[in-house]
Amino acid sequence: MNDFLAARSQMAISLGFHIIYSCVGMVMPLFMAVSHYKWIKTGDPVYKNITQAWSKGVAIFFATGAVSGTILSFELGLLWPKFMEHAGPIFGMPFSLEGVAFFIEAIALGFFLYGWNRFNKWFHLFTGLIVGISGIISGILVVSANSWMNNPTGFDFVNGQYLNIDPIKAMFNGSWFTEALHMSLAAFSATGFAVAGIHALMIAMKKNILFHTKAFKIAIIFGAVAAILQPFSGDLSAKNAYKTQPAKLGAMEAYYHTVPYSPLVIGGIPDTAAKKVNYGIEIPGLLSFLVHDNFKEPVNGLDKIPVQNQPPVTITHLAFELMIAIGSAMMLLGLIYFTALWKKRSWLSKKWFLNLFIWATPFGFIAVEAGWTVTEVGRQPWIIQGIMRTSQAVTPMPGIHYSFYLFTAVYFTLSIAVIVLLSRQIKMVPELYDR
Amino acid sequence: MLYVVIAFLFLAIVLYFLLGGADFGAGIIELFTSEKNRQQTRKTMYQAIGPIWEANHMWLIIAVVILFVGFPVIYSQMCTYLHIPLLVMLMEITARGTAFAFRSYDAVKGERTQNLYNHIFVYSSFITPLFLGIIAGSAISRQIDLHPASFVAGYIFSWLNYFSVAVGLFTVALSGYLAAIYLIGEADDDKDAKRFIKKAKYMNIIAVIFGGMVFIAAGFENVRLAHWIFGNSVSLTAVIAATISLILLWVLISRGKKKIIRIFAGFQVTMILLAVGYMHYPYFIMIKGGQNLSLMSLHAPNKTIDDLGWALFIGSFLILPSLFYLYYSFQKKNDVV
Ligand code: HDD
Ligand code: HEM
Ligand code: HEM
Repeated sequence: MNDFLAARSQMAISLGFHIIYSCVGMVMPLFMAVSHYKWIKTGDPVYKNITQAWSKGVAIFFATGAVSGTILSFELGLLWPKFMEHAGPIFGMPFSLEGVAFFIEAIALGFFLYGWNRFNKWFHLFTGLIVGISGIISGILVVSANSWMNNPTGFDFVNGQYLNIDPIKAMFNGSWFTEALHMSLAAFSATGFAVAGIHALMIAMKKNILFHTKAFKIAIIFGAVAAILQPFSGDLSAKNAYKTQPAKLGAMEAYYHTVPYSPLVIGGIPDTAAKKVNYGIEIPGLLSFLVHDNFKEPVNGLDKIPVQNQPPVTITHLAFELMIAIGSAMMLLGLIYFTALWKKRSWLSKKWFLNLFIWATPFGFIAVEAGWTVTEVGRQPWIIQGIMRTSQAVTPMPGIHYSFYLFTAVYFTLSIAVIVLLSRQIKMVPELYDR
Repeated sequence: MLYVVIAFLFLAIVLYFLLGGADFGAGIIELFTSEKNRQQTRKTMYQAIGPIWEANHMWLIIAVVILFVGFPVIYSQMCTYLHIPLLVMLMEITARGTAFAFRSYDAVKGERTQNLYNHIFVYSSFITPLFLGIIAGSAISRQIDLHPASFVAGYIFSWLNYFSVAVGLFTVALSGYLAAIYLIGEADDDKDAKRFIKKAKYMNIIAVIFGGMVFIAAGFENVRLAHWIFGNSVSLTAVIAATISLILLWVLISRGKKKIIRIFAGFQVTMILLAVGYMHYPYFIMIKGGQNLSLMSLHAPNKTIDDLGWALFIGSFLILPSLFYLYYSFQKKNDVV
């Protein structure tokens, strides 16, 4: 494995690991706040138990998220020093604000986790809310930094020099809103479905039904609302991608040849040599419609992009298809849930109904990983779209593949540990909370 | 604004040394506690650092962010030539943070797993400040070579030299010392407090010895440490202040003043950092052959520095009061319980 490939893979695995913990860290505090609030309002001890049980799981996630985030802030320099040398002053604004948000989050977390029976109930609830709000703000900020890499603004690039730098403009680049919106919804739907799925499994196994039913409901309402909104926000993201990164859109859709009534390909395996897609279903005009809101106007395809500026098509296309498939499935599940809640209450305890949500446990996180693959691989060969190539940014230090193996081993071990700890946590629910 | 940013950078580094250091030190103390007293030490420590460790470590993130936004060239050179010690440090931070969280939140308190977490925790508590010190030492040891002849010359000897390692050991001892001083005020009873006082005294002696070794190693490596420190009045004053506060501290410990000694210990370490920092300022990293990396010339464009300064300024209004309230709420209250 050459050093460049190793550096890219290490970055991908680190971010792919961190994102799971940050999604949970962003969203779970709000779930806990809801259940905490219900406890204060109704006095029902089940809600207190749910809050405490969740907070123990979340503490594990937080610690793992915090250390993997610390790794990332060095990794940007360890792997991409040339990138950071130029990009740091431009896209650093969200990172500095994010530092502040993380700090507040860490402080509030100390109050929340160790503050049981110590503070006024309302103050305790407030600290939990602050954890969630600052988590979401920091997520939005860091995504805004990423969106700058996709849509770099806030400076003039003259003869290889970065002049007239304006960090505020860079932070509010044209892509920050679509990306931040889509990512925040993704965090809610992925975490909501994962948590709901675990509780559904416990209900199906007839364990602590009261506890798990209440927990399921809080999680799935968040998840379902986000999942229903997700495709609309994804549509905005795709339109924006076409405007700012046509090569990425071309690769996402595996759309090689520019034609009017541009077709949308569903499924299929790209044949990069022959520049066509095998086994896919083509719907003429739909891509034109999605991009331009009319069926006729041609969408520019990969043939308009010089070959050396094209991203890998197969990975980008397959990841995109996976995200869409899961997104549609989750939206459907969200609608089913609300139908059950409002019209068909009897479904809620049916075996098939629970099974649907049990199966959907990992869906959201798979979609998150697929979505980031689209965004990041689809930007290649650029690290800063149109400005700097990824290969120009990589560290001169040789032997990066050893560091890649090391990181892979560490993340693998940590993942196993977290899974084991979480399942122990769930198994202990009856003993800890059922007296 | 540049001065504001530099002040925040030093503030973050000093606070990370003090708070993060005390935090690592708690693990070091545990490592050097006899089997018999370990359980009790662990309990005190858990109560003392549980709520605050995550906040303590944020100072590192703040320092890194200031570096890569405000001084990107320095950050990228540091990351390139000190890649390996940074990597080790990150691995140890990961091991330590997760082991600490896992041992408190593992729902099944099995003996074997708890033992494993304890082991990882105490050893990584030792190695992290060691490498932190090595990185700090390497920054001023003039061993970083921007045109290395070989891999070993460029990426290994940049940090593996007597001076850097001595600074690393000195950092470990200081961390243990800070932690022991802090824990005296958190102890459950007098017997416990006495143990921490003893630990504090040992750690102090060890720190003085390692401090001496730093000077000797500096001689080996031609680092002009003595000249830096004794050659200007600010550094000299700082060293004298540190020494006086050391004497006062010993007096206060034996009088049983448990909280006030924290201030003296913090002051001492701050003075040491000031003495070293002042002399090279504005150089942040010293390079072989003299092309030192200066905070005054390698900073980001003014607009970025201005915005960064404002962000830090506004941020500190949000952070500092809540941080104080956190420390205040979780320190041992003798009236409660
Ligand atoms: C639960 C997760 C999830 C689900 C169900 C979806 N997405 Fe997504 N998508 C993400 C999670 C995600 C993500 C991981 O959050 C990404 C990566 C970067 C980003 O901002 O969001 C993303 C990126 C992303 C991009 C690339 C944006 C860019 O790079 O500029 C597009 C075009 C879409 N999505 C479109 C969709 C559509 C049309 C969906 C409809 C079904 C959809 N996504 C469902
Ligand atoms: C947490 C969610 C994220 C995931 C899962 C993710 C995933 C990836 C992947 C798969 C790559 C490798 C692409 C390739 O080389 O083919 C990559 C590269 C990279 N990402 Fe991301 N990314 C995420 C967010 C971010 C954010 C927020 C930033 C920074 C602000 C960022 C910065 C980078 C950089 C610097 C590279 C290396 C250069 C490059 O390949 O373009 N990523 N990421
Ligand atoms: C889309 C990508 C990302 C999102 C949504 C995200 C979000 C978060 C969130 C919510 C946390 C809080 C801790 C937790 O919840 O477990 C966190 C931790 C952290 N993240 Fe990320 N992050 C992303 C990528 C990155 C990148 C690229 C970096 C570094 C450059 C980074 C640096 C950090 C740091 C330093 C922490 C630890 C802060 C603490 O101690 O609380 N993150 N991240």
